Amino acid sequence: MRESRSYRTFTVLNTIFLLGVVFLTMYPFLNIIAQSLSSEAAIMAGRVTLFPIGFTTETYEVVMSDRLFWVNYKNTVVYTVVATAISLVLTTMYAYAISRMRLRGRGLFIGIAVFTMFFNGGLIPNYILINSLNMDNSIWAIVIPNAVSIFNLLVMKAFFENLPLELEEAAAIDGLTTYGILLRIVIPLSKAILATMLLFYAVSHWNSWFQAFIYLSDKELFPVTMYLRNMIAGTSQTSDVAAASADAQNNVSSNIKAVTMVLTVLPILCVYPFIQRYFVSGVMLGSVKQ
Amino acid sequence: MPTRVATHTHEEVHDPVTTSSPPQELPAVAEGTRPRTSPPRRTSRRRPLGRDIRKDWRLYSLLVIPLVYLLIFKYIPMAGNIIAFRRFRAGGSMFGDEWVGLRYVQKFLEDPAFWKVFSNTAILGVLSLIIVFPMPIILALLLNEVRKTWFKRFVQTVSYLPHFMSIVIVVGMVMQLVSLNGTVNSVITALGGDPVNFIAQAGWFRTLYISSEVWQTVGWGTILYLAALTQVDTQLYEASRIDGANRLQQTWHVTLPGITPTMITLLILNIGTFLSVGFEKILLLYNPLTYDTADVIATYLFRVGLVSNNFSYATAIGLFEAIIGLVLVLGANALSRRVVGSSLW
Repeated sequence: MRESRSYRTFTVLNTIFLLGVVFLTMYPFLNIIAQSLSSEAAIMAGRVTLFPIGFTTETYEVVMSDRLFWVNYKNTVVYTVVATAISLVLTTMYAYAISRMRLRGRGLFIGIAVFTMFFNGGLIPNYILINSLNMDNSIWAIVIPNAVSIFNLLVMKAFFENLPLELEEAAAIDGLTTYGILLRIVIPLSKAILATMLLFYAVSHWNSWFQAFIYLSDKELFPVTMYLRNMIAGTSQTSDVAAASADAQNNVSSNIKAVTMVLTVLPILCVYPFIQRYFVSGVMLGSVKQ
Repeated sequence: MPTRVATHTHEEVHDPVTTSSPPQELPAVAEGTRPRTSPPRRTSRRRPLGRDIRKDWRLYSLLVIPLVYLLIFKYIPMAGNIIAFRRFRAGGSMFGDEWVGLRYVQKFLEDPAFWKVFSNTAILGVLSLIIVFPMPIILALLLNEVRKTWFKRFVQTVSYLPHFMSIVIVVGMVMQLVSLNGTVNSVITALGGDPVNFIAQAGWFRTLYISSEVWQTVGWGTILYLAALTQVDTQLYEASRIDGANRLQQTWHVTLPGITPTMITLLILNIGTFLSVGFEKILLLYNPLTYDTADVIATYLFRVGLVSNNFSYATAIGLFEAIIGLVLVLGANALSRRVVGSSLW
């Protein structure tokens, strides 16, 4: 009886603690949403926390009337679609091939891929390569260099390995070639994993900014993450100490930044509740020891 | 060059469980004549490689484009590290023009700025291991005690969300929260303190870095632990209850040992990537005023290489960091294999 009472106390404290975790996790989102709908004066006075003060949608109109914002937003969509398509095709091809036990040199091909997880060329050699290939300042510098994630590749390989081999053998007897088997048997059976991979890749391409930062110089080509980056880190990146010492907020007003952030995360926030479980299942598959 | 590298690593990286052939078999098959000492294999293994490829060319053709991709975008940059030992001239060969030996290595070993960023990196790495790494374990244990499924799912769904945010967004939020008119300073002034310009003070950088890291990763990090927790045998709980263990003792003696393998695997991965602290986040979050604590190897390398255009020097630093990273992964893995009998491969 004594234990059950102390356990009840624990349950209450635990619930309160977890609600605190939920609050702290959500607070930054609620805060920028509130700021995006507040007047600049209220933000400057430090009065905006959870709810908009001096409610206004004017800031949204200001940001959305900036042509460059929409150009960059469209770029993000294009880059994400193209990069995800390339990533999925390459990953599926390689993962399928290395998942077949009959492939000679299978261990070698797995090793070639896995090794790049633990040792990579590094920033400068990659930079020199992209420039030597004249890929800089083009979409290809964004969509190609990070096309294959080895983690995703291993997740897919594990999935393909668990497909029943009999189906493919039967299909082969019926005269299907390897291409036919892949397209008409394996891929239809792998919709779940393909959806997971699609989401993994799409989110990572949507969120990326660094490739654009180092390879693109034309503002018209920037993804929206770079638009945002130039806004939030405008002063902090200068080598001018005096400029950096001024609060970074001085450059662009807080409500403009908040609106840009809200508009950038909005697509992810909208689809997130529906797709979250696919991500979780993807991680679970990946944790199966290869 | 890439093939040699790959063959070399084959033995280290290949998986003994799923790879049906031992690594030394490959050249033997290719030659087709070497006497065999290993036990007999499936007949398909004895056929010449050429005939296998001709018969099954469609399967091998699937490898071609991804292999070309890996070769160009992963292995050529690896070989490009050679410019750490060669003078690189803009417009010249990407592999450099002339040998200069260890000049650039010597240069960074004697560079006090390098050792400064090296220790900053190590401090952030250690802080991450001590503070960020255990958080998901604690959260997972607490979530595991929740009996109401809907509440558990709700907390999980919310706590995973930050994982999907671009680092640009995360840094943007941090800056808004800690700015002079942000929430943190509002709380400080409400409590009677003076506002702090967090972004411009080196003394606060590590706190900002670590706390935003916890915010972004703690929820997502629980997934693997929660999965491991469902695998713990319920009979063990019953047995311990009969033996008179209370909840705390059950957690300590049954639950924790149940998730130890997961903890060790993730710890190895974390030790291996210990020096690769969040480069992109620091690049966005730091400024010249906070370099004293914020500047790490990767950001220093970035400025030396891409801002000051000392490509060879920056490459030497990058190669050094990459080799340490590789040694750490291999070392942590070997250690865990010896100590606890589980390893990544």
